[in-house]
Amino acid sequence: MLRTILAVMAVATVAGAAGAEQITGAGSTFVYPVLSKWSADYSVKFGDKVNYQSIGSGGGISQIKAGTVDFGATDKPLSPVELAASGLAQFPVVIGAISPVVNIAGVRPGQMKFSGPLLADIYLGRIKKWNDPGIRALNPGVPLPNAAITCVHRSDGSGTTYNWAYYLGQVSPVWKAKVGAGTSVQWPVGVGGKGNEGVAAFVNQIPNSIGYVEYAYVIQNHMKYGLVRNSAGRFIGPTVAGFQAAAATAHWAHAKDFFLVMTNAPSAAGYPITATTFVLMYKHPKNAARSAAALKFFKWSFEHGQADAAALDYVSLPPVLVKQIERYWATQIK
Amino acid sequence: MSIASDEFGGPAPPRRFKSPAPERSSGAGDTIFKGLTGAMAALVLIVMGGAALAMLWGGLLAFKTFGLRFLWSSDWDAVAHKFGAFVPIYGTLVTSAIAIVMAVPISFGIAIFLTELAPKWLRGPVGTAIELLAAVPSIIYGMWGLFVFVPFVATYLEPWMNDHVGTLPIIGPLFSGPPIGIGMLTAGTILAIMILPFITAVMRDVFGAVPAELKESAVALGSTTWEVISHVSLPYTRSAVVGAIFLGLGRSLGETMAVTFVLGNAHDFSLSLFMPGNSIAAAIANEFTEADSPLYVSSLIALGFLLFVVTFIVLALAKLMLLRLGRMEGAKT
Amino acid sequence: MTAHSAKAMRGIILRRQIANAAVLVAASASTLFGLFWLAWILWTTVSKGAAALKPALFTQMTPPPGTEGGLLNAFAGSLAMIVMAVIIGTPVGILAGTWLAEFARRTHLGAAIRFVNDILLSAPSIVIGLFVYELAVRPVGHFSGYAGSVALAMILLPVVVRTSDEALQLVPDPMREAALALGLPRWKITTKVVYRAASTGILTGVLLAVARISGETAPLLFTALNNQYWTNNLGNPLANVPVVIFQFALSPYDSWHALAWAGALIVTLFVLTLGIIARAAFRQRHLNG
Repeated sequence: MLRTILAVMAVATVAGAAGAEQITGAGSTFVYPVLSKWSADYSVKFGDKVNYQSIGSGGGISQIKAGTVDFGATDKPLSPVELAASGLAQFPVVIGAISPVVNIAGVRPGQMKFSGPLLADIYLGRIKKWNDPGIRALNPGVPLPNAAITCVHRSDGSGTTYNWAYYLGQVSPVWKAKVGAGTSVQWPVGVGGKGNEGVAAFVNQIPNSIGYVEYAYVIQNHMKYGLVRNSAGRFIGPTVAGFQAAAATAHWAHAKDFFLVMTNAPSAAGYPITATTFVLMYKHPKNAARSAAALKFFKWSFEHGQADAAALDYVSLPPVLVKQIERYWATQIK
Repeated sequence: MSIASDEFGGPAPPRRFKSPAPERSSGAGDTIFKGLTGAMAALVLIVMGGAALAMLWGGLLAFKTFGLRFLWSSDWDAVAHKFGAFVPIYGTLVTSAIAIVMAVPISFGIAIFLTELAPKWLRGPVGTAIELLAAVPSIIYGMWGLFVFVPFVATYLEPWMNDHVGTLPIIGPLFSGPPIGIGMLTAGTILAIMILPFITAVMRDVFGAVPAELKESAVALGSTTWEVISHVSLPYTRSAVVGAIFLGLGRSLGETMAVTFVLGNAHDFSLSLFMPGNSIAAAIANEFTEADSPLYVSSLIALGFLLFVVTFIVLALAKLMLLRLGRMEGAKT
Repeated sequence: MTAHSAKAMRGIILRRQIANAAVLVAASASTLFGLFWLAWILWTTVSKGAAALKPALFTQMTPPPGTEGGLLNAFAGSLAMIVMAVIIGTPVGILAGTWLAEFARRTHLGAAIRFVNDILLSAPSIVIGLFVYELAVRPVGHFSGYAGSVALAMILLPVVVRTSDEALQLVPDPMREAALALGLPRWKITTKVVYRAASTGILTGVLLAVARISGETAPLLFTALNNQYWTNNLGNPLANVPVVIFQFALSPYDSWHALAWAGALIVTLFVLTLGIIARAAFRQRHLNG
């Protein structure tokens, strides 16, 4: 163990002395764990240190616009118009998913079935009790109590909320009109927990509650997740296969600057609340060396980081998408 | 060597030593000292002015868009770009009030214990233990609050209060509501624990600084310990004690991390202390990094500016009250 | 004295004694109450951080999830920024407090500055962070440890000003007058006599301020950011304990949670130890000279 440490330190020092770059990135909390893992492995192999910090998607956007970081990461993609105005390029970097989780006595993980419109109605407060006919219709045989539903949402602004609200808006016109999508929305009902941890903690504490958390939290906290019906009508659970299927069918090829929120992807076996995080970089960066070094890091992560990502419950981008991204780099980022 | 006048009469011998210069011609050292310290005091003004101006500048867009309505609107819709500061301002005032109401008597009690009651060998350890509360990082208060205290409040405290205090007239509605644990009461309690050590530390120091002769004279006249404190120590240290309370109040008005975790960040106004609310610092902390439109960011910075205004008003009122108290006692404040 | 007034007198004495006893009981109860919270919070911190309380905590850098690691870069960064903040803020604060207590005790300007200082004291730390971001991060184009120190110094300053002002005012005027009578110039009176008399009060103020800034997260988020790696350059983003705690605690990984709580425990113990050592050193100085 000690020898490993010394070896790592030696390599790091040598690499450091050899003029390794320190690249700074900031933004979405969603990708923080996987980027830090990729960065650690990359720095051991190649010496460049990519320091990514999670300050939120909004922070990522404003910092890259201010030029205080070499790349920003955001869960909410910028439109091509916005990108052009700031001279930024945008590309997806990793895939994750959001899962509804419940706390109902007698219900096991993966037992509850939801449809998009049902989730929207619950979070709109139109469905108030667990034994509502709408829920019962999808869940015959599940012991649903005659109890009020407590909706748990995020109290802080978050890309997770953005993707969740965007999905609800796609499947429910009422949600889209009344609430809309944003990193922070005016929730009609429910209580707010801080961070995914806060939501998970509240769902675990409050009986008959429902919440939404990133997939990694479902796994790490052993939560009772529900299945969601996708656009093909099948009930899919949050699995890596489901995420990859969704990513494969998302219309990336037609999205200029990858401007696409991939929830509710038209895949037969895809999980509908799959989302990706986007990296923002300057097309004509001030510090070309650091920008090039950052791109090399991302290239390595796309091609060799699958195991790391999987270990942390993320999904790497499919190879087709990676090729499209690399072509984009060649043409856009000088 | 005798310089004094000859006691047998006759003129005194001529002075051989210059008498010390009178204070009026203070000399270069004094001028530099006064100038240096004055400059540092001016720096405080500059820093404060700079921060307030920066906040005003950043919040200008929000003030221009919403006007005075910003102050009493309880809207907060990031998607529809409608913002109002009422709920955060209310929450800031309420949680700080709860914190001060809880912390001041307890700090006072602890300071009395440490200076008058405790045997000498106990003073050090207990004093250090109380200071340990100040050493705990504020984010730990938030995390402990969220993961440990909130479940406790939800399971035991709030149901009990619902049954016993929620039924009382007038104050009942304040203490009844769904027992979810997060809310203004929980946040106020955690704030109270956080500011406790600051107020206690200063109170303990100043009580110890009261000249012993004053206290001993009072005891000689037959005062009990409590009378010595209330009639001698407190008046002597009144300004410092109030300073300690201001220190605590200031901390609670601006505390970010501890409150962010347990206040719930809800933008709806409700009378019940059990309901989630919002405070200015918590709103900024929860939403600033994810704010995705210029109006949103500007509204949050405007909230920051409003906190300066709220603090200004609260402190001005407190100082007025002090002035009035001082005049009643006939003392010059 | 008539029998009636003797009885009244006994009644009064009894009331005063009861009031006294009640207050003393309440004082003890308050202390127990305060200690109870402390015990609870400390217990939580220790039990949740126990898994990470190993030598590795102090020898390894912040790890990615699932890997063994420590908080070495965070401790070093925090220490560097706290020291710099104290160096920047304490002299300014003590001197400003001196001006207030020695030259402006009852003037309008003094009252105004005290008032402004109290407002600065209540400023949310995140607002200070944003202010320093505009001053020291945006113009330069990158986050840095220097910006972090400036933000911490701005939070430390009003605490030191307030407590120094109060501590110096508590020094009885006869002491000043005696020194004056000996012919000392004003600046010598202040530095050699009054400072020494108020030293414990001023020290308490500095320690309170250090306790406050050791745990501040929000201002550092916009100034020093954080760093996954060690860096020798303070002009780079700098690792620091509060932001690490914030990020790790809200993640889903148990190994990160343990590190967060362990980091919190170390910060707490650091501030405590600092306080004990400083107080002991001052007591020694007073005893010796």
